[in-house]
Formats: sequence, structure tokens, C-alpha cells
Amino acid sequence: MENINKVSGDILKHTGVDVSRCYQCGKCTAGCVLASEMNFPPSFLMRLLQTGTADNFERILRSNTIWLCLNCENCVGRCPMEIDIPKIMDYLREQSLNKKKLHPDAKPIVAFHKSFLDSIKKTGRLYEVGLIAGFKARTFRLTQDVKLAPKMYLNGKLNLMPEMIKDRKGLGQIFVKTIDNPKTKNK
Amino acid sequence: MKIGFYPGCSLKGSSREYNESVIAIAKALDIELIEIKDWNCCGATAAHSMNEELSLSLPARILALAEAQGLKEVVVPCAACYNRLMVTQHELKDDTKREKVTDIIQMPYSGELKIINVLQMLESYAMDKIQEKVTKPFAHKVACYYGCLLVRPHKILQFDRVEDPQSMDSMIKLIGGTPVDWAFKTECCGAGFSVSRTDLVVRLSGNILQDAADRNAEAVIVACPMCQSNLDMRRGAINETLSKPIDIPVLFITQAIGLSLGISPKELGLERHFVTVKM
Repeated sequence: MENINKVSGDILKHTGVDVSRCYQCGKCTAGCVLASEMNFPPSFLMRLLQTGTADNFERILRSNTIWLCLNCENCVGRCPMEIDIPKIMDYLREQSLNKKKLHPDAKPIVAFHKSFLDSIKKTGRLYEVGLIAGFKARTFRLTQDVKLAPKMYLNGKLNLMPEMIKDRKGLGQIFVKTIDNPKTKNK
Repeated sequence: MKIGFYPGCSLKGSSREYNESVIAIAKALDIELIEIKDWNCCGATAAHSMNEELSLSLPARILALAEAQGLKEVVVPCAACYNRLMVTQHELKDDTKREKVTDIIQMPYSGELKIINVLQMLESYAMDKIQEKVTKPFAHKVACYYGCLLVRPHKILQFDRVEDPQSMDSMIKLIGGTPVDWAFKTECCGAGFSVSRTDLVVRLSGNILQDAADRNAEAVIVACPMCQSNLDMRRGAINETLSKPIDIPVLFITQAIGLSLGISPKELGLERHFVTVKM
């Protein structure tokens, strides 16, 4: 157990996932649909985590790998040691975000997530028009998908007005107590 | 038969036809769907990529509302919502996490709700009835596309086979169709990157469609609004990258079943698709 703690360190403490179990078979990388786009693939990320050095952790937080993970769960599905890599990815993204170490490739992805959550915070449900407007405002991609929207509207796939839930106050409190709470950051 | 219903945001917006077809076939199969009152968004990929507590609290509120309404079982047609609700219920078996989350949402939560996807609902309550009521056999060769979140992570969802699932294939056979044997059943379409990294979605979804086309499928059948919109609404951009454009439509399993039960294409929302459906 002492050795596990040494190798898996903070990851084990924060996620419950034991990275020392990885023996570099490479199945996660072989099945990862975006491995080729990443700074380094999931199996290499696991190796970096095993070293437990601050430099390697920094390299991970600054990589595009953690942001290009689609959380499709294929890696954990095929891992002979059942190591929950997507769960580690979630933790690493949160850390990268809180410590402001985002890779440039992550900017549109984070902009999308933020716009998505903004919409939920205000109305309780996803308001697609608001999501796209928020995303465009954050990324300045003003002309993206302009051809798609009219057809979506004509096909009845776009609500011009948001659907509001009744208990918006209670829902707002969930945000106040979690993502908007400075105490939960940098933990 | 009464059952709780969590439509999720996509079914109220960009995938309205999934909602319409779920409701239409439930009615035809004598299943009464009771929508969870005042439900909120499950948080999808955005929440779990940004903040763990938020990603557990949003689904927990939904589950707590369903419990408060006295529901014992809830059907969740969107594969992404289904996955988030199942994962949350699993994570909240941990006492510390449950206490923290119930304090955040300020609602009691027992974790005893049964959460099922639309295929499980049909498997459990409607297979005999479907067989009995098929009036227009869906005699087409199709590629059943399950995507990721309907079957993974298997350890938590415990649904179907993880590499080669069969439930949708069986349903297609039941309504007179022929599922093709193909390689992309559970490969990821690019999911929530549709807007932020369209380039990646176009490549991944293009690969899926290409294999379906190479196996001579007449349609791709899905049970997830994300898969449907990536394969259907993004077809223009996908076709620009392929040597030969692909015009195979993408139907929800509920639409395929609806057609076989003689429900009109309009009632099933087939006219809402970007790629024309002539089936």
C-alpha cells in the first residue's frame, strides 16, 4: 500500500484511481479515436502520472490531451486492469482550468462548456440559441454554422425562447455551492 | 403500464423528433410516460469536464425530484443523459459524496430509482406488443449504431455487450429489418465537440458513415440525440470531406419501430431530419 501511495499519489487521493496498476500495454491508446491529435496519448499520460514528478504533472496540465479526451470510455472498457482513465481526465481538466494552465487547443472547448453551463445556470435547461450566442461571443467565430441555423429553425429544431424551470433559485444555489464557489477551486 | 420520463434538453430542442417518436410509440404500446416535474439539464459533458461536484449535483436534483414525485422507474431516451444519471447514482453510493451532494441540492435522495434507457424500456415492457402490432414491416438493411454512452462504462451501466451490443439489432429483426455486420457500432462520433471542434466530429462521424455505406446499409439507426445530430445535421460538412457523398438517413430506433407500427412519418418527426428519409 505504501508503494501504491507513492506511485499514485494525489491521483489516488482525489479520484480513487490507482495509476500504479498500468503496465503500459497500450490498449487505451490503440482504441482512442483522438490519440493521433493529442500531444501524447493516454498510455503515455498514465506513465507520466506514475513518475509522480511535479514537472510531468505540469506537462499534463498544459497538454491538449486532457481536453481532447471525449470521455467515450473506450479506454476503460478495454483496459485489462480496468483503470478509469476518463475519471482521471475529469480531475486533470478541473486542475488545469483552476490553475489556468490551458493549452491553446482547449480554448474553444472550454468556451463551449462555459457557454453551456451559463445557459443552465440562467434557465435550468439548455437553451441552444443562447449556447451558440455565448460560444460565438467567447470565440469570435461569428460566422460558424450560419447556414445550419435557418434549416434547424425550419425543421423545428430550434427554440427561439428558452424553457425556464420554476425553481431557478434552487438551481442557482447549486452553482453557487459548486463551480462558482472559490473554496472548491484549487483544492 | 406507467413509467417516469426524463426527456432531457435535446429532446425539447434540436432532437424534437426523438421526443415525438418516443411519445408516439409509447402510446401505441400502452406505456404511459410521466414526465419528471421541473427537471433540469443533466450537465452533460460540460459539467463533468469542469467541476465534479456540479456534475453530480445536477443529475442528483433530477433523481431527487423523480423520487419526490413517487416514481420508481424512469426512462431516459438520451444516451448521454442516461449515462450521467447512472454514473451519478453509482457515485452517490459513497456516503461522503452523497452527504455533500444532498447538502448542495437541499433535497432528500435515496438513490433507489431505477434508471433505464429506451431500449431497456422496450425490451422489458413492449417486445411482445411490438411483434403483435407490426403492420408495415421495416424491411430495410440497416446499421445499428449504439455509440459510446449507451453501453459504457459497462461496469456501471450493466447494459448489453460492450463491444458488440445486440439489443437494437434484435429490435430491428423483430420489426422485419436486417441489421448489417459492421465495425463502428460503438465507436465515438465526436459527441459534444460538434460546435467547438467541428473538424474532429466531421472526421469521426465521416468514418462511421463510410463503414455503414460500405456495408450497404440503407439507414443508420441510433438511440442518442448527439449521435443523430452529428451524423445527420453535420452531413453537409462530412460529405465535403468524402470522395463520394453519402445520403444514408439516420433514424432513431423509436422512429423505425413507429414506422413498422404504421404511425405516420409526420407524427414520428421524420420530416425534421436534414438527410431526407424515404422509408
